[in-house]
Amino acid sequence: MIHNRLFDTTVQQIKYEVIKELIRAYDSGDLTDVYHDVPVKIMPGPKASLRCCIYKERAIIQERLKIAMGGDKENPNVVEVIDIACDECPVDGVFVTPACRGCISHRCMEVCPKNAITIVDKHAVVDKEKCIECGRCTQACPYNAIILQKRPCVLSCKAGAIKVNADKKAVIDNDKCVGCGACVYQCPFGAIADKSYILDALELIKNSENNTKYKVYAIIAPAIVAQFNYARIEQVVTGMHDLGFHQVVETAIGADLTLDREADELKEHGTLTTSCCPSFVKYIHKNFPELVKYISTTPSPMVMAGKLIKAMDPTGKVIFIGPCTAKKFEYKQDIAKDFIDCVLSFEELQAFLDARDIDVSSLPDTDFDNASYYGRIFARSGGIVEGVTDLAKERGFEVSPIAMSGLDECKKQLLLLKLGKSPYTFFEGMACDGGCVNGALCLHHGPKSLTDVNKYGAQAKEKSVEGSVKLYELAKNSAKTDE
Amino acid sequence: MVLSVCVGSSCHLKGSYDVIETFKKLIADKQLENDIELRACFCLGRCSDGVAVKADNNYILNVNGSNAEQKFVDEILPLLAK
Repeated sequence: MIHNRLFDTTVQQIKYEVIKELIRAYDSGDLTDVYHDVPVKIMPGPKASLRCCIYKERAIIQERLKIAMGGDKENPNVVEVIDIACDECPVDGVFVTPACRGCISHRCMEVCPKNAITIVDKHAVVDKEKCIECGRCTQACPYNAIILQKRPCVLSCKAGAIKVNADKKAVIDNDKCVGCGACVYQCPFGAIADKSYILDALELIKNSENNTKYKVYAIIAPAIVAQFNYARIEQVVTGMHDLGFHQVVETAIGADLTLDREADELKEHGTLTTSCCPSFVKYIHKNFPELVKYISTTPSPMVMAGKLIKAMDPTGKVIFIGPCTAKKFEYKQDIAKDFIDCVLSFEELQAFLDARDIDVSSLPDTDFDNASYYGRIFARSGGIVEGVTDLAKERGFEVSPIAMSGLDECKKQLLLLKLGKSPYTFFEGMACDGGCVNGALCLHHGPKSLTDVNKYGAQAKEKSVEGSVKLYELAKNSAKTDE
Repeated sequence: MVLSVCVGSSCHLKGSYDVIETFKKLIADKQLENDIELRACFCLGRCSDGVAVKADNNYILNVNGSNAEQKFVDEILPLLAK
């Protein structure tokens, strides 16, 4: 039986176990038997604990292994469905349960905008042809007798990219998917997973020969602060040095640079949507092509941090570690590929530490402070708005900002912008509710994370972005003289 | 000469940015722009002796905002003369 120690759900725990065992197999120098050995190790049997039989459990672990090793090479999406793990959840839509008392007020019928409810033998009956699944009847029934059953994956996907095929399996429409990973975290059967590039990271570190051939830098997203609740970040940084990273740098230093440039861009153009959440950017491209002109051309904090490091150390390799599935596709895009060499998740970092038996809670601290207050609060919804508002005041221009948290809210505001009816000029968009601190690949999700981010921001030595900006100018100048 | 100032976390907390500003100013005052190229780097591996500075292959350690000018005159300029 698998015990859940570090994560919100057992699904995360299983993904973690698979990656941990994969790293151990890699470290042993032989991956040939990995498809046989890892499933047996994780699902020892003889009885099944999670599925119908032990053979299915092991077969699913094999599929998870494939995704842990990079997944389907033919599929450009970083998020994939594991067909055999999909439990074919019912898709009944609006459904009248036996709790219907056959009352005489018929609130359900009255409230239905499509006249889809009729009363047959005193009881409500839904016409599936007419029903648009708005859910109003479920709210109206005083007995809670009507329920709206949607698959958790479909419900979680605010981009409308998940469909159910003829075999009742979930299917992702890559043309609509924005790679936010909500379905990865929400599917109760773990049937949708993010591809892992952990093997690439292991190779990068190994081939550096202890950072002598080239140096390997880790840049960590500021959402890290809410992750390791059993240890201090400074201890995690020590652990990462033990994993073979030359230096661990805050991605938030890149956020300082992004903010600085975005403020200038806003001043020049008047209206701007943020570029730091790759899912939000993709969402605009796919759903509001006429608004693409407003997307900031400033690279994201991840890319800016990578640029800074490579300006200082042109042969260095940079691995981003964060809570995000979308960064896993962003780093392969043209704007990023020269500056970021690999992307890992917090889940994968935890697996990496445990595979090497590094107990970070027993380690001494290593200092971890590169960025300003503003860079650090990028991790939560409203962080960029706060930063840009202060910079606008400093630089003497007006801004009317809004923080949009979650794709539903983004959609609402973008629609107003498209119609020319928006009172706002600066649009901070984040696909995940609450921002990166609630990212799909966080170890933990919850309200405590927000307080953690604010506290962490306040602890930064630098209170303004100025230091980071000067550093970037200096780094750029020295990089130029090398050429 | 390449003059690198460490801006890793540990040195940053001890005042790398102050050291950089002081060096920048000194280089400009003494018109050494063609002789000294000021750089920043993440970690020179001397975290406990920060702020760490490297002048070509020589380490100059325990630099901070208040002693940066003196260290520059006493330890860095002589290296330039060599």
